Amino acid sequence: MSELAAGRTARVRRRIVVTAVLAVLVVALFLVTLVVGDRIYGLPDVLGVVLGQDVPGASFTVGRLRMPRAIVALLVGAAFGMAGTLFQTMLRNPLASPDILGVGYGSSAAAVVAIGFFGAQGAVVSVVAVVAGLAVALLLYALSWRGGVQGARLVLIGIALGTVLLAVIQWVLTRTEVYKAAEALRWLSGSLSSAFWGDVPPLALAMLILTPAAFALSRRLSVLQLGDDAAAALGVKPDPTRLLIVVVAVGLISVATAAAGPVAFVAFLAGPIAARLLPGASLLAPAALVGAALVLAADLIGSNLLFTTIPVGVVTGAVGAPYLLWLVARSNRTGGRL
Amino acid sequence: MTVNRSLATDALSVGYDDRLVLEDLSLTIPAGRISVIVGANACGKSTLLRSMARLLPPRSGRVLLDGRSIAEQPTREVAKVLGLLPQTPVAPDGIAVADLVARGRYPHRSFLRPWTTDDEQAVTSALRMTDVLELADRPVDELSGGQRQRVWIAMALAQGTDVLLLDEPTTFLDVTHQVEVLDLLTDLNRQSGTTIVMVLHDLNLAARYADELFAVKDGRLHSHGAPADVVTEATVREVFGMESRVVPDAVSGTPLVLPIGRHHSGAQRAV
Repeated sequence: MSELAAGRTARVRRRIVVTAVLAVLVVALFLVTLVVGDRIYGLPDVLGVVLGQDVPGASFTVGRLRMPRAIVALLVGAAFGMAGTLFQTMLRNPLASPDILGVGYGSSAAAVVAIGFFGAQGAVVSVVAVVAGLAVALLLYALSWRGGVQGARLVLIGIALGTVLLAVIQWVLTRTEVYKAAEALRWLSGSLSSAFWGDVPPLALAMLILTPAAFALSRRLSVLQLGDDAAAALGVKPDPTRLLIVVVAVGLISVATAAAGPVAFVAFLAGPIAARLLPGASLLAPAALVGAALVLAADLIGSNLLFTTIPVGVVTGAVGAPYLLWLVARSNRTGGRL
Repeated sequence: MTVNRSLATDALSVGYDDRLVLEDLSLTIPAGRISVIVGANACGKSTLLRSMARLLPPRSGRVLLDGRSIAEQPTREVAKVLGLLPQTPVAPDGIAVADLVARGRYPHRSFLRPWTTDDEQAVTSALRMTDVLELADRPVDELSGGQRQRVWIAMALAQGTDVLLLDEPTTFLDVTHQVEVLDLLTDLNRQSGTTIVMVLHDLNLAARYADELFAVKDGRLHSHGAPADVVTEATVREVFGMESRVVPDAVSGTPLVLPIGRHHSGAQRAV
């Protein structure tokens, strides 16, 4: 028995170490986000603000402006990371993340309609985005149903739905007044620049519900990965499980999209990066951390390191697009196997 | 040591869309024995096995596990008693052998109940029994076909069920590995009393390893019984639509089917 335990212990230790390093990285990026800006505050000042002390100057800039932005970045990144890896694992396809499938466009289209035609702002946009995201997920599931839901059908119908929703978005943008279109566009590119404390409670509450749900489902997902027949034989009903995973993953995507817009490619990138670090492991926790690190790092780069501030989604998009091209090129060489 | 579980079908009809694949099929799997289902391609033998594992809902009739309809029993509870190795399971990328086999413990675990020594023991003995213990830390992707099939069987064994169904466990294996897998399943049956039900393509191996043979034709049970009684020239003709000679297997004494094709049958008159 010892020979078996030794191998597992080594894998568990690797998982713990990698996860811990990612967690430290996320904390570090979080703190750097608080430190760096137009004016740089020292770490003692920043930690003071984090701990609730009143630090002149820093309390406003760090506490009121940077902190909510960093928290939203962290939660949004984790949500995108989890949602992406849930979809990719469930569909056994790294291309099948909700942002590539266009599931996330449900939230975007609804938000753009709300902003462009009804002049909606803030919380209203968020609620509309979440409700529409879930509605699109259920529609996707219903359209994919043929006495059961099969992965390839879900992917194709997801892409088709995404295309339709993208057309809706573009139609709204051409029909609406210029300043509203600008507002919608800024939202569409995925931006944290307007994040404020009011964004945090609804996002945190949703994450508090969806994260345990995702972790509970990841056990069933690890069985569903073995194929429908093997899963059913082990006591996991494939179709109800898939529906639950779709609902939770789209819930995560919608909540995150509502808070920060569709930050490009984070859902798509987090899972594969985590898989590279921890092959064969359950990826939910590492993917959440990778997602959070990606959004925090991209926001840091976008708002500080370039000649002008650019939205976080533009930075993640600049990283994600080449990876997508590489993945498609590689799948051509390997005969479609990703 | 194993509780004898009863598994039976009662007037079972199963279909896809408008096509009926199994029709009014009743059979009783003998507990603690090895049963093999044989039949021509598309006769419904795989459908029968999957229906018995509650993977397909019946049009009419029932599958009975311990006398109760399997559809009405909680699926997790059934999974503790009845396991199935499907024809083409999927190994997650990069997963280690021991971790894959550990997933067979799913029905025995829960969100709040962590890994126990029972789980550890079940996995270790499954790995040992299938002779893949030394591969435990290797990624499944790197194994040969024969090794991989043994790992999948180990996962089904780790589930620790009294009844084990296998859908063509020897496909894609060369003859050495086919015999190895069937020997392994026989060991399991003889040592633990596990009821084994499998679909096999090779009639001669089926006749050799089965205690009870079920011949399926066009979705109905054609005949069943000991291989010596079932495997006759008449049955082979009716079930497979093929002329043959049936002679005693020089190794095992079980029936050996020699197909008669349109060529190479010159020695037939001389025998």
